[in-house]
Amino acid sequence: MSYLKPGFSHPHHQQNNLGLYRKDYEGALSTLCAGCGHDSVSAAIVQACFEADVEPHRVAKLSGIGCSSKTPNYFLNHAHGFNSVHGRMPSVATGACMANRELIYVGVSGDGDTASIGMGQFAHVARRNLNMVYLVENNGCYGLTKGQDSATTDMGSVSKAGRASPFESIDLVALALQLGATYVARGFSGDKEQLVPLIRGALAHRGFAFIDIISPCVTFNNNPGSTKGYEYVREHMQAVGQADFIPVREEVTASYEPGCSVEVALHDGSVCLNKIDPELDISDRASALRLLDSYKERGEILTGLLHVDRDSEDLHDTLETADRPLRDLSEQDLCPGQVALDSINQSCR
Amino acid sequence: MVKATDTANPEYFHRVVDCQYACPAHTPVPEYIRLIAAGRYTDAYMINWESNVFPGILGRTCDRPCEPACRRGRLDQEPVAICRLKRVAADMKESVKARLPQPVQEKNGKRVALVGAGPASLTVARDLLPLGYAIDIYDEQPAGGGFMRSQIPSFRLPEEVLDEEVGYILDLGAVTHFNQRVNSLKGLLAEQYDAVFIGSGAPQGRDLQLPGRAEADANIHLGINWLASVAFGHTESIGKRVIVLGGGNTAMDCCRTALRMGADEVKVVVRSPRPEMKASPWEIEDAEREGVPMLQNHVPLEFVLEEGRLVGMRFDRVRPVYADDGRRTLVSLGEPPVLIECDDVCVAIGQDTAFPWIERDIGIEFDQHDRPIVDKASFQSSLGNVFFGGDAAFGPENIITAVAHGHQAAVSIDLLLRGQDVNLRPPPGTNLISQKMGLQEWTYDSAVAMDERYRVPHRDVAESLHNRKLEVELGFEAASAFREAQRCLNCDVQTVFTETKCIECDACIDICPTDCLTFTPKAETEKELRQVTRVPARNLEQPLYVSDDLPTGRLMVKDEDVCLHCGLCAERCPTAAWDMQKFLYHVTKAGEARAEEAV
Repeated sequence: MSYLKPGFSHPHHQQNNLGLYRKDYEGALSTLCAGCGHDSVSAAIVQACFEADVEPHRVAKLSGIGCSSKTPNYFLNHAHGFNSVHGRMPSVATGACMANRELIYVGVSGDGDTASIGMGQFAHVARRNLNMVYLVENNGCYGLTKGQDSATTDMGSVSKAGRASPFESIDLVALALQLGATYVARGFSGDKEQLVPLIRGALAHRGFAFIDIISPCVTFNNNPGSTKGYEYVREHMQAVGQADFIPVREEVTASYEPGCSVEVALHDGSVCLNKIDPELDISDRASALRLLDSYKERGEILTGLLHVDRDSEDLHDTLETADRPLRDLSEQDLCPGQVALDSINQSCR
Repeated sequence: MVKATDTANPEYFHRVVDCQYACPAHTPVPEYIRLIAAGRYTDAYMINWESNVFPGILGRTCDRPCEPACRRGRLDQEPVAICRLKRVAADMKESVKARLPQPVQEKNGKRVALVGAGPASLTVARDLLPLGYAIDIYDEQPAGGGFMRSQIPSFRLPEEVLDEEVGYILDLGAVTHFNQRVNSLKGLLAEQYDAVFIGSGAPQGRDLQLPGRAEADANIHLGINWLASVAFGHTESIGKRVIVLGGGNTAMDCCRTALRMGADEVKVVVRSPRPEMKASPWEIEDAEREGVPMLQNHVPLEFVLEEGRLVGMRFDRVRPVYADDGRRTLVSLGEPPVLIECDDVCVAIGQDTAFPWIERDIGIEFDQHDRPIVDKASFQSSLGNVFFGGDAAFGPENIITAVAHGHQAAVSIDLLLRGQDVNLRPPPGTNLISQKMGLQEWTYDSAVAMDERYRVPHRDVAESLHNRKLEVELGFEAASAFREAQRCLNCDVQTVFTETKCIECDACIDICPTDCLTFTPKAETEKELRQVTRVPARNLEQPLYVSDDLPTGRLMVKDEDVCLHCGLCAERCPTAAWDMQKFLYHVTKAGEARAEEAV
């Protein structure tokens, strides 16, 4: 088995504006099963960061436990990383983000890590609108422990073990919408044309950007009867709109039919949605929730960018934290002296 | 619509093995390089011997068309040192006597005459002798080898290496008529040969008719004749200052030989600019290493004599001017002629075939350049039982081309003498077999070495100039040979795709280190597909591997250009839609198709 990637690249590969090649955003060779959707998500993250001219050393990769949570090792190997405790990635992300607001936080979690053991943490990081990208690599099973049903396994979905799931599933997108996430999308690991712009949009968004990515477990949940296999998802997925990420410096040249495209300006670029479902108002949570329900009733999987609140206040805004990373605060900043203390005391009298 | 690639056509995968495809004899290069890496030198040697007949000779002297073709060259690296690895197999092998064909006692009653004992004729002999043909070889030289003996100096090709490999063939029972020049083809045909093969080379060195040529004749030497004269011990010295005219490999051999024959100051002078010199870059490099300067853009004007003796040559200095159509003309700088002093001049400006001994009334047609009209596939002339090969067929080429001609001519002679059509060429033998040993395990070393090309050590210049028979290149040692062999990308281990197994999970696309793979909607033309690959497929020399329709209606398109054959696509494929399969392409030799018919 190969354990190293060859050092060669295509001789005509392109540089981004930082002078980096896509290869510079890659990580170690994956040890996940061959064909795992998670590897495609890693590749999409690599592509999005490359296209967005993200400096790898300005990224912190955070994860919990599970197949999904192994993947930060497989992209951006020049970034910071923290592989935390099962379901506790949001706490670590919150601490890190509060301490240093200048990094880009990319959390990678799975359906077990988010919808089961980590549900409590997920709920709070979403409602606090922490400035991070939160990706769930959702395969509807516990792949690392041989494929038991997870909390996102659809009712009636049959895993490799051959038994239909008897329980109602948790829809993480609906949950994120209800909990106040300010950028909510669903993607599919097998559709990078959609996924890469979604990740770019999430990187550009200030606030809690959540993407539920259906990422088939090729070993335990890619069989007939499963609702999270490649074939089923391809057949049943409906994109709410075709998303394109348009960096600020690029002129919009594509012409879209009036009335069926929406441009969402993010603070360093915009996501342009075209051929959008007329039922969806991208700024209205309720319309997204209604759409989710109606697609679900039809047995279809709704994908794409569903909601953006681009004027959102992130946790730093809400808490009025220092505008610099804590590490940059001097002793003078932290211990402003007797006069300052006196004035605080005075204000409490 | 672009159709799916027909990989059943043996030429498709053959083309992917760049080195083998470029080799005139189509030697399975990666196959023997793997054997060298495994220390199986004798096996590696035999693969070569089967294919190119002279592994030890070619491992030192081949023009190496394989190396410019090597995929490493397209990855911003130097090619694998294929030629010098071949030499390793020859140098380090054990005795191959037991593996060679044995002389056939029972002859088949057919007699074939070979004119010239160079590589083309010897190849014909090697292929036909085991089939029971009686072979007579005629050559005016005292020993076999042709120009490999007369024109390639011993410091590049030691006599014992030549003798060994020529000997393997002569020992198969060829009857040799050395020191015997064929002066009449009519006479030869009258001796009731069933077929005649003409491999008489290009023995006519081009001369340079300039003022002073006749008067200075004693000190002006035609390159190939002079080299032959040195090789056979007739010439043992040359003047102190020597000018070599010409920029080809013969010129390089002349200048380096002159240094060994006592010259102190040798200059190579060429008309053209240096980048256009015909000599192989490594031969120029070797000559420069021995202190020979290359003077470019000097057009010879005259031989200068004083008191009836050659004292130098005058040259007009020029510059190249390129027309829009790329044609180059040399324009005089208009400066006074340059005098270069010398005692001797070697003229090495080309050589030609010469057939004064072939009567023009016996049915062999010649073209306007006085070259015989020879079929490019069968090597048959317009006289049915006379075949040409090597330099004699289409003008000066090289050893490996002569060998390739010899193999095909032998096939033709065998077909003809069995009453079959020489134009029905036997198809190549191919074999395509999975290299999978287990989950993500391959029979070949799939890891890609990033090493730069290893240099072959050379003997000290001063020492090698003392003795013209001392070989300059020392060859790789076992350790460096292994590391160089590991640089081979195993391009013969093909990425084979099975549409029906593919679930389009993108794993192969994501892992491919050189972005060779793309899933894309169908397209009308290959040109369109070449635009939509992950990196545009601009190298039109390299094929696209296009699949049949996938379940989503898309196609898998692979640009073969810079595939590393690392096997990662197959390792990351969950359904084994990609597999690594070794493709062996074997040029069918005389008698081999017959063996299959018998089965």
